[in-house]
Amino acid sequence: MESVEALTIVLAMGITRGWRSALTGAGVAALALAAIIASLGPALTVIPIEVLRLVVGALLLVFGLQWLRKAILRASGWRATRDEDSAFEREAAAGRAAAPEMRAGLDWYGFTVSFKGVLLEGLEVAFIVLTFGSTQGSIPLAAAGAAAAVVLVVAAGIVVRGPLSRVPENTLAFAVGVLLTTFGTFWGAEGAGANWPGDDAALPGVLGFVLLMSLGYVTALRRRRSLVPA
Amino acid sequence: MKRFAQFWWDFIVGDDWRVAAGVALALGVTAILAAADVPAWWVLPLAVAGVLWFSLRSVARR
Repeated sequence: MESVEALTIVLAMGITRGWRSALTGAGVAALALAAIIASLGPALTVIPIEVLRLVVGALLLVFGLQWLRKAILRASGWRATRDEDSAFEREAAAGRAAAPEMRAGLDWYGFTVSFKGVLLEGLEVAFIVLTFGSTQGSIPLAAAGAAAAVVLVVAAGIVVRGPLSRVPENTLAFAVGVLLTTFGTFWGAEGAGANWPGDDAALPGVLGFVLLMSLGYVTALRRRRSLVPA
Repeated sequence: MKRFAQFWWDFIVGDDWRVAAGVALALGVTAILAAADVPAWWVLPLAVAGVLWFSLRSVARR
């Protein structure tokens, strides 16, 4: 999902400001993200697992609830859904309006907007890779999963030659929110010293609880929305 | 420096600081109960349900 949003920004910059600057900005940001994961990853593995689970659980829970909150508000009509086509048009219009400024042989606007877009969208992915990877003892595997998603999105972008407006972004955000909240709840409680009934077997139960709760909130808020005069 | 702090605040805490505060409080209560050998696994799911509904309702009221 974050890759889809980053792709929209890079595409808009590539088309309006030139591909060299846009792709260089995206490439430098990707290297910065890889450096963050490579430098923080080994440091996390020396932290005791209980402390790690508490911190990771708390972070995942806060992130997960942010995603879930947004997805529920969008699904129930209380917040507008993100439209990649209009996001692309906004970025492209800003790109066309910005004055040309060359630095180090690159169009500076195209470079910085692509760099910031990829870095900021990717930072949350880097955190998820680090948190899931460190608690499961395999940061490279988590990083490979994230990289595969990026490759898939970029390949789809090349095929479509435009923003990926058909990706069901809110459904993806909802699913990610449910999963992050589930793992955050499970690891957070374990890290704080609680024991789940049935240990790891409780995880599907937590997942079911978060999913049903979220769907229930969507239904309740939709009903509430229908009572509000347009 | 202020913008740097603002970025991390927005990144971690997000739109509603009460959600992060609720999570921190629930983790604290879980730790206290677990330290006293009281079953505490139910605290976090209950808190998640409460905090999320509280946050959603504050938007749906506007």
